[in-house]
Amino acid sequence: MSESNIAIELINVDKHFGAVHANDKVNLSVKSGTIHGIVGENGAGKSTLMSILYGFYQADSGQIKVFDKDFRATSSKQSIEAGIGMVHQHFMLVDNFTVLENVILGSEGGALITQSLEKARIELTRLAKEYGLEVELDIAVEDLSVGMQQRVEILKGLYKGAKVLILDEPTGVLTPQESDELFRIFDALKKQGVTIILITHKLREIMNITDHVSVMRAGKMVAHRETSKTNPEELAELMIGRKVLLNIKKSKAKSGKALLVANNLEIHNEQGLKRVTNVSFEARSGEILGIAGVTGNGQGSLLKALAGILPISKGSIEIMGKTISSESPLNPEQLRNLGVAHVPEDRQKMGMIADFSASETALLGYHNDQEINQGVWLKRSSVKANCESLMEAFDVRPTNPDLKSSNFSGGNQQKLILAREFERNPEVLIIGQPTRGVDIGAIEFIRKRIIEMRDAGKAIILISVELEEIMSLSDRIIVMCDGEITGTVNAEDAEEATLGMMMANALTTNENPDEAEL
Amino acid sequence: MTRDNRLAWINGLLLPLFNVLTAFMVTAVVFILIDVDPIVATKILIYGALGYEEGIGYTLYYATNFIFTGLAVAVAFHAGLFNIGGEGQAYVGGLGTALVALYINPAISAWLVIPLGILGGLTFGALWAIIPGYLQAYRGSHIVITTIMFNFLASALMVYLLVHVLREVGQMSPQSKDFPDAAWIPFVHDIFASMGYKIADSPLNLSILIALIFSVLVWFFLWHTRWGFAIRATGKSPDAAIYSGINPKMIIIVTMCISGALAGLVGINELMGVQHRLLLDFNYGYGFGGIAVALMGRNHPVGIIIAALLFGILYQGGMDLAFEMQNVSRHIVVVMQGFVILFCGGLEYLYKPLLTRFLAPIEASE
Repeated sequence: MSESNIAIELINVDKHFGAVHANDKVNLSVKSGTIHGIVGENGAGKSTLMSILYGFYQADSGQIKVFDKDFRATSSKQSIEAGIGMVHQHFMLVDNFTVLENVILGSEGGALITQSLEKARIELTRLAKEYGLEVELDIAVEDLSVGMQQRVEILKGLYKGAKVLILDEPTGVLTPQESDELFRIFDALKKQGVTIILITHKLREIMNITDHVSVMRAGKMVAHRETSKTNPEELAELMIGRKVLLNIKKSKAKSGKALLVANNLEIHNEQGLKRVTNVSFEARSGEILGIAGVTGNGQGSLLKALAGILPISKGSIEIMGKTISSESPLNPEQLRNLGVAHVPEDRQKMGMIADFSASETALLGYHNDQEINQGVWLKRSSVKANCESLMEAFDVRPTNPDLKSSNFSGGNQQKLILAREFERNPEVLIIGQPTRGVDIGAIEFIRKRIIEMRDAGKAIILISVELEEIMSLSDRIIVMCDGEITGTVNAEDAEEATLGMMMANALTTNENPDEAEL
Repeated sequence: MTRDNRLAWINGLLLPLFNVLTAFMVTAVVFILIDVDPIVATKILIYGALGYEEGIGYTLYYATNFIFTGLAVAVAFHAGLFNIGGEGQAYVGGLGTALVALYINPAISAWLVIPLGILGGLTFGALWAIIPGYLQAYRGSHIVITTIMFNFLASALMVYLLVHVLREVGQMSPQSKDFPDAAWIPFVHDIFASMGYKIADSPLNLSILIALIFSVLVWFFLWHTRWGFAIRATGKSPDAAIYSGINPKMIIIVTMCISGALAGLVGINELMGVQHRLLLDFNYGYGFGGIAVALMGRNHPVGIIIAALLFGILYQGGMDLAFEMQNVSRHIVVVMQGFVILFCGGLEYLYKPLLTRFLAPIEASE
């Protein structure tokens, strides 16, 4: 096979969704055997571009060449045949299938499965050796850690003959250690001649592992750089088109009395699984308490319990002098009346109602308020006025209370939710993923507002998957792993490496139970 | 026109219109298959429903029932519940109305008896719906399954009561004795006559005003009260509802109560308005028809009134059609109703991509 130097070439690729110009004459060329990063804010068009490459969408115009051959995919099957593999942000795995079964999914070949399974086993063992991607083949995917599941996805791509691998935000669910391991795999793949396209918004990753980087903004490809000849500041500026403050300056916390005290909490999630065990901490006024941890280690359930959504099984929470326990629970509305505001982790499903107008989303949780109700009548004009003032306070655009919530950008949706929760002057703020899926401009704004609330003497509990966010905002950090607190540090003493070790604490004991005994 | 406006237009007006037209086109094909000229059939149908006073009266009388059951389905739908039990709730609601009419002191004024009858219908309809509601909220039994089963239970219960308990002494047929005069809701033709205008007799009675009043109440309740907000929030996103402190289990029960209560009002029109006694199967078909009406009316009271009128036309015109044309059975109405449900409910968004594409250039030129 004649190997071309250029693996993927996009020439003037254009794509509209109705009035939205998702990709505006995009040009991109990815050298074979390199790691090519694509950065851009949410909605910049990265995902659309990759979906065109992977055959989910068709470009309106423009040309795509894969290894110098014209390419126009109408289904992912054609892309796979052309040698393109994709690892999605949310894994496309069947949880209760084994690794082997997952890998052959879609390429079973024939009516009987035993033969293909055997063939796949031999091939996978070879691939695993070659690329350093060891995974146990006969274990159900649901029993694997997230990092291992990602390996399965990569193996799946390679097994189907991918010479170009596209990875969409691959480190979002990994610990720093797991991310390092992933980057080691990238190196091995690169040495074997596999081309990797990495979509991310984490500039640190781009700087560490890519050879080239392309920046997208508002559907356009605005710059191509050799990674060694650029720096994070330049990339950030290119991404949003102006200079940004990535590190928010903040004064030293003046922490006061404890407003929320958690004692030996045990929490079960909606499915009845124990997610939080024996967790105790206190949140003081004028202080941001960060809770770090890899997604799914109990922080989410803890957050919900603090907000009154999940019941507490054991232990108690003292908020503003009131004690909450399994015998005396409070619902979210009662907690709100006590002065607890909650910005939920899942903005789309919990924080807002996509089909509702902005003014109704701004009403969520406060629909029983006296100011907007007159007897049985919910006063529309007051609802609207309330939303308008929230929008003004938090610079939500467009300033239209009647617009459907889903038609706002992620950043503006989040600002509206924050406005709703912040503007009622709460004493305790429980904030989950304040900047997930939010553009850089809004991130800056949101972080500033959180610090303002701290300086106004509120107690803030912050959960984020972005370690960088926890580290730059918090005054104290507790780390959770497998539902337990595995460490508490003061922010000024926090180092990424130690936090990472704490975050992975139980992960290592899980995988090597024998070692844990020692 | 903004994108939002355009989508609202497509969703609110054009889509249902196209869906209904498609349903009629397919019905036309059925007519051709049974050797009936669809144009002639349409003429007969429209004349039968709207061409003369008696026909109009019948059309509006049928529409009244459909408004009640359509509202019932719509309210439940806003909470994310598919209440298929309108049939049974209407039946048992009618029992409530009848019990008031039969056992109240006949000397009491109609101004009191009729409101009490309405209250009886509301209460019994709600009670019949509360059980499936409870089972859904606290036991996880699916509301579609339980409400369907409750239709059969209602049917069996009513047969038992009419044969063994409420049957008029000395009567062979399973029906109660006549309601006292105070429990009769006035006919529209009688009212016109008292004002000196003579119009043809029809079953149309003042229940249609009650239906319109309840349409306004439902509209106000859903969009202008905090409880309506809670119901709609629960329907759109149970997670967001829980987050805001709403208890979805309570919402399910309360919504089913309201839904059942509205369906229970069919008895007002049928029993207090027309039959003046309790009898078997007075509810027949209206509960299920209400589903189609709500689907077509996009769960909004205004849409429901329009859809109920259309169904009234189909019912009344369909009867005339079956009477006029030999190879058309009266069940052709059920066929049409089926197509409307199919195209308005099952294939709701059939034309959406097409319309969006068609309207995109218009928007671009603006």
